[in-house]
Amino acid sequence: MEVVKPDGRLAQGERSAAAGDEILYRPIMKTGRGFYTVFALLSLVVLVAAYAYFTQFRDGLGVTGLNSPVFWGVYITNFVFFIGVSHAGTLISAILRISKAEWRRSITRSAEVITVLVLFFGLGNILIDLGRIDRVLKVIAHGRFQSPLLWDVVSITTYLTASSVYLYLPLIPDIALLRDRMKGGFRKRLYQVLALGWAGTEKQIHYLEKGIGIMAVTVLPIAVSVHTVVSYVFSMTVQPMWHSAIFGPYFVAGAIFSGIAAIIVAMAILRKVYRLEDYFREVHFNNLGILLLVMTCLWLYFTFSEYLTVFYGAKPDEIKVFMEKISGRYAPHFWFMVVTCFVIPFTILANNRTRTIKGTVIASVSVNIGMWLERFTIVVPTLMHPRLPYETGSYSATWVEWAILAGCFALFALIYMIFTKLFPIVSIWEVQEGRQKAQGEVAERLKTYLPA
Amino acid sequence: MVRWGMVIDLDKCSACRACVIACQIENNIPPPDPKEAANFRTISWMRMVERIEGEYPHLKSNLMPVPCMQCEHPPCTKVCPVGATNKTKEGIVDQIYGRCIGCRYCSNACPYTVKTMNWYKPAWPKEMMDSLNPDVSVRPKGVVEKCTFCHHRIQKAKDRAKLEKREMAPEDYVPACAETCPSQAIYFGDLNDKDSIVSKLSRSPRAFRLLEDLGTEPNVYYLREGA
Repeated sequence: MEVVKPDGRLAQGERSAAAGDEILYRPIMKTGRGFYTVFALLSLVVLVAAYAYFTQFRDGLGVTGLNSPVFWGVYITNFVFFIGVSHAGTLISAILRISKAEWRRSITRSAEVITVLVLFFGLGNILIDLGRIDRVLKVIAHGRFQSPLLWDVVSITTYLTASSVYLYLPLIPDIALLRDRMKGGFRKRLYQVLALGWAGTEKQIHYLEKGIGIMAVTVLPIAVSVHTVVSYVFSMTVQPMWHSAIFGPYFVAGAIFSGIAAIIVAMAILRKVYRLEDYFREVHFNNLGILLLVMTCLWLYFTFSEYLTVFYGAKPDEIKVFMEKISGRYAPHFWFMVVTCFVIPFTILANNRTRTIKGTVIASVSVNIGMWLERFTIVVPTLMHPRLPYETGSYSATWVEWAILAGCFALFALIYMIFTKLFPIVSIWEVQEGRQKAQGEVAERLKTYLPA
Repeated sequence: MVRWGMVIDLDKCSACRACVIACQIENNIPPPDPKEAANFRTISWMRMVERIEGEYPHLKSNLMPVPCMQCEHPPCTKVCPVGATNKTKEGIVDQIYGRCIGCRYCSNACPYTVKTMNWYKPAWPKEMMDSLNPDVSVRPKGVVEKCTFCHHRIQKAKDRAKLEKREMAPEDYVPACAETCPSQAIYFGDLNDKDSIVSKLSRSPRAFRLLEDLGTEPNVYYLREGA
């Protein structure tokens, strides 16, 4: 049949279909020199970070810039930031699945992987922050539920389990495809085990879809609870500008915000490196861009409410912290955060003409920088101004902390790369299923919406 | 049940810092390295807080010694994930160095900022090694430590009283800071005993507690200056 060509893309899509989505297998089957170069570079950064941590382990937390009263700094900022980014995948993909957004099919996988990986870095930063990492198991042996940190442990491990299952279930049919393709060797055996004997029978598909549906619904409240509980670590104390009831929803909104931004960046890189233009299309970036725009506005709304309440109430303890952020030592951080979290993304995303792939990527990078700064300006200025008149603290992070931050990003990218070499980063079966069934299903659904 | 408490008379206090030094010697707190001290890394269970009131030219500087407040409702014990800091039956907030995982959540939750961290392994000048107090354990690197009202002295006092077959008298147990204070500005005793000096002073019209509006109910009282 002749392919209609109102725009070139449609025809390209048909070609991908005709080629049996061959391009999606390519990263797994072939590995070029570029991969090894990037791999080596990232490994180098990870090694530097490992050395930094070794220094800290040997000498104590004194090698960081932490002091009293600024007991928490970059590590806790990283913790909140990474847990925030983890809301990318699972939450977004679950929402899109439940709402039957058909455009989700090619992007869910790349998003879900971010969640699972980044959660380890959230947890990891808490562990790095501990003075006595050797005693971490005491949290299990002597854990006390009245501490918000224990709420974190419980909700993050639950989220990690749930989102791993949620990543794995839709992966099964794809693993089976790879199993059938591999001729032999280690990977063939790996896929054989992981595919759990998938044969694509009617019954199996039925159970799989049921499982995915259940997990999508389960994961939503867990995801919301995770970042709420992270915010509780701060808001449950009586410290100025931490003790705020808005923190739960404020953190969750911020998490989804930075999460969407992270997906966009990851998609843009994958699209370029693995030539997936046909799978990560303009429409995906456009739709995610609109979601990001909504979150930008929500972020401004929350930030405005939070800061206006503090300013208008003008309690002496709180106003000290407030002024430090607005016009004091943390003013550069604060205003740069406002620019990167709102001004830049809003200007780009609110305009149809700039909400392109390039535009959304710039907005997303900006949002991620801004959200890290937001976490930082929540953690540090409060600690610098304890309630008692006291020598005001100061804090400047050392190379150890920056190296570990860089190492976290590098190690994340590294593991993500390895994942793309083992499993398809676009859900092959879901894309194919979409081609075969979605059109009919959507047409059916449309009929039920409209009056006869 | 006893409830150990302290009353600090700011009228008598001359801010000589003898209490600060006595505390460091008693509790094996290493003297701070000047470089680390400049980075706010000093460990001090009893510290001298300066509060400046008013604006130039009507300035007034107040100094007051601040130990752990041993709150009745301590915000720090609530947040500890492993139960390394607890409220004892006698009203003292303790810190179990062997269990502390060094997360510093208690340090952050404390509105008085009296819980300090061991950023490094503690180190004493060689000459001081012989004068370490054998009754107080030294803290390893990476744990939080705090004022304990010299609680190692309670056990000693109890043992001595038992040996001498008598009840423990109020003067048997006094923390190092109160014992040292040259102007006798620090009173110590049982707040639940209505006849004790601390109990009487805590009910004086001059008495106040720090950040009372937070509801932490400190067991350390101050007597207002110049009243």
